[in-house]
Parts: sequence; structure tokens; C-alpha cells
Amino acid sequence: MTPPAPTGRLRSSTTISPSGPPVAAPSGSVRLLAGVPVAGQPVGLDDHLERWGVLPRWNGATFIEEMERSGLRGRGGGWFPVGTKWRAVHRVGVRRPVVVANGSESEPASGKDRLLLCQLPHLVLDGAVVAALSIGATDIVVHVPAFARHAVDRALAERRRRGLDPCAIAVVTATDGYLAGQESAVVNTINDRNPGIPSFVTLRSVRERGAGGRPTLVQNVESLAHASLIARFGAQWFRSVGTQGSPGSTLLTVTGRWPEPRIVEAPLGRPLGDILGLGTEAERSVQGVLLGGYGGGWIPTAEALSMPLSEEAARDQGSSIGAGVVILLPGGVCPLLEVSRVVRYLQGQGAGQCGPCVHGLDALARAMESLVVQPRARREGISDIAALCDLVEGRGACAHPDGVARFVRSALRVFADHAGLHLQRGPCPTTQWPVLPLPVAHRRTGR
Amino acid sequence: MRRSRFSLVVDPVRCDGTGVCAELLPERIRADPWGYPIIEPGEVPDHLLDHAQRAVTSCPRLALTLVRRDV
Repeated sequence: MTPPAPTGRLRSSTTISPSGPPVAAPSGSVRLLAGVPVAGQPVGLDDHLERWGVLPRWNGATFIEEMERSGLRGRGGGWFPVGTKWRAVHRVGVRRPVVVANGSESEPASGKDRLLLCQLPHLVLDGAVVAALSIGATDIVVHVPAFARHAVDRALAERRRRGLDPCAIAVVTATDGYLAGQESAVVNTINDRNPGIPSFVTLRSVRERGAGGRPTLVQNVESLAHASLIARFGAQWFRSVGTQGSPGSTLLTVTGRWPEPRIVEAPLGRPLGDILGLGTEAERSVQGVLLGGYGGGWIPTAEALSMPLSEEAARDQGSSIGAGVVILLPGGVCPLLEVSRVVRYLQGQGAGQCGPCVHGLDALARAMESLVVQPRARREGISDIAALCDLVEGRGACAHPDGVARFVRSALRVFADHAGLHLQRGPCPTTQWPVLPLPVAHRRTGR
Repeated sequence: MRRSRFSLVVDPVRCDGTGVCAELLPERIRADPWGYPIIEPGEVPDHLLDHAQRAVTSCPRLALTLVRRDV
């Protein structure tokens, strides 16, 4: 395929709708979700084009520069600069690269990728197409959980009938399990070799050698959806919301604020308390805030609510926005029981291939369990738990042990007083059913 | 002047904790409680390069590598 003819930069924050008048850029911070119907129905191709107009044709190299200017950072969890990644894959070699739209979303408390795939599939697919055109790829693979397959297949059929896309787009069903969305695990699933299991890729990244042995760009579906709007309205529009280091808006899956988990689109840089509509009175009823998911970190309630939501601020607190998970831990539950239950889940979700992770996470899970059920038998207090975190960090093929270490360390920091009570008085008399969400049936993914 | 720097990298998937490397290069590698190597981060000093090379070639799992970085 020949790359599209250069058409230069966009003139302003408008784009052309097939039915005539230019489409206005969303002016507020609700961008991706500006096109979601209230009823929760999927947005079909006609409605999508009506709302957003056709995807403008950019010159590939020019659009990579535009992506770099936008400052968009990856929303899959790593918050890596998207433009930098596109440039790296674009440059890498002689073989045509592949774009993977990653929607596997294995964080149990996250639902935003599911929403995008099931309700706004065309926004994601537009983003994948603009990524492919930018880096010179002619193949796109959409990596989705089984339940989202139908929605994506239907959207692709609509686009094919219209002859919309200049690339071949395939759909691959993700495996179950916490590590299924990890970059090298996704590539292994696509290549049908160790599906869902990460590889040790420090020496040779999937950017150089990924799907089918070709240079591969694995990008989260929310990142691609943002890219599709940057293609329409430009980097300057994108940056009109957010902070210098974390521009734009971001999708959050919020648990514990309303009776049911809710997905909101928030402007980065705004205090989390404002986003959630919570004042300082919430400090009394919320024991702590988990940001980022089970590879993220706990933040004390007061700090979390007053913190301007940005990746920089989150990292200063020893956490990360990660996949956009926000969980408010209510009063009445034992935070250590909650954490220990999740650590055991994460231990079971390990791929079972790296010694330090296999042994270390099991030791960590056992230590947390003893802190919950027989804390007074622990002569060493909690110092051994911190030591185990140090011991596993950075020693797996993937970042799984690092994420568990961050989760546990932050919990010991934020719930230090509670841990002290356990050590002094013994286990909590709580009878509350645990609140941190886990998949109903979780199965070991190891070989 | 250009020179090469070397650092040790263990492939944690290949490694099964035989412990040979920690025995041959205790200056840079120690064993964790389960026998898996913990490698001192950073570059291997020149006077240890021969020993590091020996540790690399002695690993029965071919899990240890000297990675070269030109500076």
C-alpha cells in the first residue's frame, strides 16, 4: 500500500462531516464520552460520522509530530508518551510494522476499555487506523476480551461495507487472566505461542520484533480513541485540558463513590475530590483511596482528594493513575484483609515462569495473610513484608512483581495505624464481605 | 575516547536458580532465599570482566548475559 498523499496540517479545530457542515471540537473536558448515547447502546458508523466527521488524512510523519506535540500518554497503565512510541516503531526496521489495539483490560476494577469497545468501537478503530497510517503499517490487530468481540466484529463489518479503511483489520480474542494485557503477552497471544504469558523482552522489545516477527506498536484502546480526536482537532485542542505533563482528559472507573461502579471522563489536573464531588467530610467515611488498580498504589484519603489528578502527582504519592482505576475503601472493612485477598489473587495470576516471582509472591501473600489472621504471632512486625517487596521488585520477566510490591508497600504505608492495631490487639472483628472487586472465578494462567 | 561498558542481565524465565553464577562471581551476584541470583546493578568493573564472562559461560541454563553498551 502506498502512504496517503500529504495533505499538510489541519487549519483549525474543525473537521469535515460527510453530511456537510464542519464538526465542532468538544469544548469541555468530556470528549470521548461526548458521543455516548444515554441508553448505553453502541454508536453505529452513521452516528459516529455524524458526530465526529470522517478521519482527516494526515501525512504520516507530520502526524507523529502532532502526536508528540499533543503530549498524550498511554492510558493502558504505563503512561508512556504515545508519540515517542510511534516514532520508535516507525523507525525501527525494514519490515512493515503492525498496530495492535489492546482492549484486554485485565484490571478487575476497570471497565473503561470495555465501554469503548462495546459502545464507541469506531473511535477506537479510527485511532488504530491513524496510528497505522502514521507508522506505515498495513495490518491492524484488535485484541479484545471474548465478550467484546461481537461489538467489534459488527463495527468492522460496517466499516468494510463502506470501504472505509486502507488497512487489513483482524480481531484476536484475549486470554483470561491478569497478565493477558501485558504487551509481550498480547504479542504471544497473537502469535499463538504461549498465549497470554509475558516474555522476557528487555533485550529485544516487541517494538522491534512482535506480531509475526514484525515491529509492533501495542497501544491501549483509550489511547487510540484520544489519538482519533487529536487527528480531527489537533494537538493544541488536546492540550487545552490537563496539565503540562499529563495533558487531556482521561477515563476513570470509580468504585465506592456511588452504589454501582461508574465510568467518568475527567480533565487531568483537577483535584480528585472535585471530580468525584467529594469534600473533606469524605475523609471520615473513606479509609483510603486506591489509584491505578492492583498494580497501582494506596493514597491517604485527604491527600488523594486534594491531589490534582495527574500522573506526576500520583507518582509523587508512590502511586500511578495506571489504567484509571479509583477505589474508595469504605469504613467498616479491614483494609489488610482486603489487601491480602488481592495479593493472593495476584500471586495466583502469575505466569509461573520466574523463580523470584513464583516464590516471592507466595511468601508475600502468606505474610499478608498472617498479618490478618494471626498478627500477634509476628515477632518481626511488618518489616519482613517490606523486605519481601524489595526482594521481588525488578526481578520478573514482566512488571507483575513490581506492581504487587507497589500495591503492598503503599498499603502498609497508608494503613500503618491499622497494621499496628493488628499487631497489638489481634485480628479485626470485621464481618463485612470484602469490597475490592475480583473476577468471580479466577484461574491460574501459568503453564 | 570510546569504550565499552558491560552489565550483567539474567533472563528470569530461563534461570532456574542453580546458583553457579553466585558462586563464581560473589562480588556482583548473590543468591536470594530461594537460590535465584540478585545482580548488583550497574556496570561490571574491568577487573571482574573475566570472572563475569566465566559465570556467563558456566550457566547451565544460558540465562546469564553480559550486555555491551558503547559509551
